[in-house]
Amino acid sequence: MNLFVSTISQGLIWSVMAIGLFITFRILDFPDMTVEGAFPLGAVTTVMFIQHGMNPELAMLIAFVFGCLAGFVTAFMYAKMHIPSLLAGILTMTGLYSVNLRILGKANMSLTKPDNVFNQFGLDKLPTNFNGIFLGIILLTIIIFLLTVFLNTEKGQALIATGDNETMAASLGINTTSMKFIGIMISNGIVALTGGLIAQQNGFADVNMGIGSIVIGLSAIIIGEVIYPNVPLSIRIITIVIGSIVYRVILMLVLQLGFNTNDLKLISAIILALCLALPTIRAQFFKTFRNGVKVK
Amino acid sequence: MKPIMEIDNAVKTIYNDNENLNILDGINLKIYPGDFIVVLGTNGAGKSTLLDAITGANQLSSGKILLNDEDITNKNLAKRSQFISRVYQDPKLGTSPRMTVAENLLLAQRRGLPRRLRLRHLKENLPKFEDFTSDLPTLDNRLNTFTEKLSGGQRQTLSFLMAIIQKPELLLLDEHTAALDPQTSQELMDLTDKVIKEKNLTSLMVTHNLSEAVKYGNRLIVLKKGQIILDLDTEAKAKLKEKDLLEYF
Repeated sequence: MNLFVSTISQGLIWSVMAIGLFITFRILDFPDMTVEGAFPLGAVTTVMFIQHGMNPELAMLIAFVFGCLAGFVTAFMYAKMHIPSLLAGILTMTGLYSVNLRILGKANMSLTKPDNVFNQFGLDKLPTNFNGIFLGIILLTIIIFLLTVFLNTEKGQALIATGDNETMAASLGINTTSMKFIGIMISNGIVALTGGLIAQQNGFADVNMGIGSIVIGLSAIIIGEVIYPNVPLSIRIITIVIGSIVYRVILMLVLQLGFNTNDLKLISAIILALCLALPTIRAQFFKTFRNGVKVK
Repeated sequence: MKPIMEIDNAVKTIYNDNENLNILDGINLKIYPGDFIVVLGTNGAGKSTLLDAITGANQLSSGKILLNDEDITNKNLAKRSQFISRVYQDPKLGTSPRMTVAENLLLAQRRGLPRRLRLRHLKENLPKFEDFTSDLPTLDNRLNTFTEKLSGGQRQTLSFLMAIIQKPELLLLDEHTAALDPQTSQELMDLTDKVIKEKNLTSLMVTHNLSEAVKYGNRLIVLKKGQIILDLDTEAKAKLKEKDLLEYF
């Protein structure tokens, strides 16, 4: 039971990062590798500031701003310097590794201060892992609400249009460059915020903790889309949360089968590859077996 | 009468196969209010480059473009879009597929409006779109349909509506019916002609179709190798026969 509660808690918290990723990968159609650097950036920033006595919520807010700055660097290289999207993200991600090491002063740091968001506001009185669920739900409610409201404003619609059809957006007078900056910055801000949250939950920050975060985020997005295809945008954001939980449950079940935890990243990659291939497999299946009868 | 747009010695040069090539080679054109100019030319004549230069999608190598006496040569696409709208040949280029028909129209309606007019204000005007689209059988009752679910003809009709929903100073039609089947193409062309006349829009239409070139518009120009080789006024165009154009191709 405790394992299941922990899985739900992990699914909820990681879905915050997936929502951040959704803004670049799906709304802006921008494959942003910055995420793998912004995630540990948020973690190291939060742990460092909490260790120096800062309020955990304020530390996470600063992590969000730092994430936005990382996004700004990528957006600048991509939108202003015309460096290809993938390369711009990789360059920022690589640079952030050194930045994170500089902030932390070493490769990892434990959170020794008692204060963190998981034991404030009476959350420590909840049964084990329920604080993660409670906090995840609160944070997701706020982020989904704000994001949905934003996407329904003029700026939000302009952001969607930019990712959807840049030629059309520009010909309607939308400043597509600004939109790319806004999208990439918000996305990385949310990712860094999640990094700070995960660091507090794990009790440490590590400069390598971003490796594979894109796979985790994308898995949540893709699983959500496979389960709930063709839904409006606001519902799609909620499907990411469901996708994230399902992904964690699949991982838990696989590990329960006795796989080595060292194979976790490999298993994650295989799950994502399967999810991505699912629409093709499904189409092929229906082509081969029409109305339950094998088509020759 | 003062022209709305004046294109003065427009040159666009590109470097191709180790030599400079003038895609536009000294274009001079005055567009007057209410003009419906049909632009003809073979592939590579410079038609789309001319439209790109007018919208700001492509900057000129030399020459000037004036809009209502204001030099807009160095203004970018987004700034010019307040006054100039364009319908592309590819129906997919003019609309946002993951947005609904209504959302696309709302976006188009904000073009050229002051920033203080927010989406909420525009949404209040949504019934107007319903009145508008009910005249168009292809888009009737489809306001909440995602654009990616529409057919090519419906998407192109939507692109056209988006281009005219805020009356532009200049409407550019870039072979906007070329990618459609003959019936849909004819319907959209008739709608185009009707709207241009009713709203007294100033327009520039690129086409390859000689019968369209003869039937529609009040002026005609023929482009060849980046130069205007024929410029017919209203009177001359009225006497034009399709076979007269064959010698230019």
